[in-house]
Amino acid sequence: MIPSIKQNPFVKTIYNSYVVLFFIYLALPLTVVAVFAFNDSQFPSLPWEGFTWTWFFGTEQPWLGVFHERRIMRSIGTSAFVALCVSVLSITVGTINAFLFERAEFKFKGFLYVLMLLPLVIPGIILGISILVFSNFVANGVENLTGWEIEALRPGLTLVVLGQFSFITTIATLVIAARLKKFDSSLEEAALNLGATPWQAIYHVTLPFLRPAIIGAGIVALLMSFENFNTTLMLVGSDAPLTITMFDRLKEGSTPVLNAVSLLLMIGSSALALVMIFFQKGEKS
Amino acid sequence: MIGPRTKLGLILLMSPLLLWLTTLIIIPHLDMLYVSLREKVGVRLYEFGFGNYMTFFTEPLYWNTFARTAYMSIFATFLTLLIGFPIAYYIAKIAKGRMKMALFLLCLVPFWVSELVRTFGWMILLRETGVISSFLQWSGVVNQPIEMLYNDGAIMVGLVYTSMLFMVVPLITTLDSLDDSLIEAGYDLGGNGFSIMKNIVIPHAIPGIVTGSIVVFMLSLGNYLTPILLGGKSSLWFTGMIYSQFITRFNWEQGAAFGFLLLGLSSLIVWLGLKFSGQTLAKTMG
Repeated sequence: MIPSIKQNPFVKTIYNSYVVLFFIYLALPLTVVAVFAFNDSQFPSLPWEGFTWTWFFGTEQPWLGVFHERRIMRSIGTSAFVALCVSVLSITVGTINAFLFERAEFKFKGFLYVLMLLPLVIPGIILGISILVFSNFVANGVENLTGWEIEALRPGLTLVVLGQFSFITTIATLVIAARLKKFDSSLEEAALNLGATPWQAIYHVTLPFLRPAIIGAGIVALLMSFENFNTTLMLVGSDAPLTITMFDRLKEGSTPVLNAVSLLLMIGSSALALVMIFFQKGEKS
Repeated sequence: MIGPRTKLGLILLMSPLLLWLTTLIIIPHLDMLYVSLREKVGVRLYEFGFGNYMTFFTEPLYWNTFARTAYMSIFATFLTLLIGFPIAYYIAKIAKGRMKMALFLLCLVPFWVSELVRTFGWMILLRETGVISSFLQWSGVVNQPIEMLYNDGAIMVGLVYTSMLFMVVPLITTLDSLDDSLIEAGYDLGGNGFSIMKNIVIPHAIPGIVTGSIVVFMLSLGNYLTPILLGGKSSLWFTGMIYSQFITRFNWEQGAAFGFLLLGLSSLIVWLGLKFSGQTLAKTMG
């Protein structure tokens, strides 16, 4: 309890051990995933057969390491490409939206704001199927009218990017708008008084102020895109992003190669998270 | 303050938002509604009607799965709240300084990695040849392998684990804003731990409880990975039915109707939660 209040030591011990147990529960699945990436056995399970790097660097079947697995390496590339597209698109639209909601007055602003939040409360799988149904409708319509086949509207990477963009943009907008709200607009006025045009003032004064939020939103978008499964599952074509490839592999049966990829993912996301914390520290000073 | 000063400027500033919301959210959902209202009466022949929704109500497998998904999600939400609340209270009120920051970050860490990795971890732990089963055999508690995967308990463990962050973070935020002196005053007035929890702490935490519960319920309802991988073939999760209608059976009309039913339930719960707590969507998200 609060330090000024005395507490029954027995209750306190139980409470403290509950907290410890909770954090063990949180850490346990990730720990076993990481540890079994180094087990010298065909299956990620006990007994422990000794330490090995083979699941990372092995070159021969069935001891093929992740760095020599074409399918996995290719899907990491696909995921990175999708994540980059989604990230750039969503921070661009997010920044424009932030200016719209913070700087402009117009009819139905409240209504549009709620509409803008909606993608967050729609289950991802539904976002996926609705976009699938609609893009298919458009593609068929165009094909019937003109005979052109628009490949981008069939399941594939374009649709995956659009599907992820459709809800990640909401998050980018919220993050960037929150920062824009804190901006002291007298700084812009000072720039205008000193002879800057409105565009110059925004470019040289406002955007640099927003930079930490824009970078933060970009990193969150990268991570969310990389992790996304539900929306992607419905829109994916022949080029599968990493989560889809791993899911397919997992259904076939698990091998320590999956542990190795998972460990790489953990390292990658922690590194990105650290970058973000670093930039947020910069924001405070 | 620099903002759009002409009508044209406003329209230009608004166009990305409108383009995004109409082409990726509004029209696709209207189109999905339209498709769900088409009944297949022959090869490439459709009629307008509620047949796809009728199929849902007349086929017990479908609405049983729907009901099961709903009550399992409610149960998962309740469990997450029950397990997460003491942790949130500990971080917000008992831990101090660096410890507080460290525990908070530790809560976030598992969620930086993909849900797939987390679920994979639980598969390694729970399966017949898994870590827990081996450990129990080694310690002599049981004398043969036990399968803990592919049942409702496993689904529950996975759902609670995956949702924990979304419960704990809003709880910590609301509990942090509760002034310690109110709790001290409660003790000065002769309250005990239980009555203070009930009369001071929990009423104050209601907004956090509602926000957390809405998000956790929604995520559980729409989850696909955890029930399929941890529950196996018998998982009977509604998202799995939507997937099989769309991808396996290629019956988009039926799948769209299922999608709308799931969306309806999810929106209903969000709306009820907000109404019950007197909050708005804009306040909860922002």
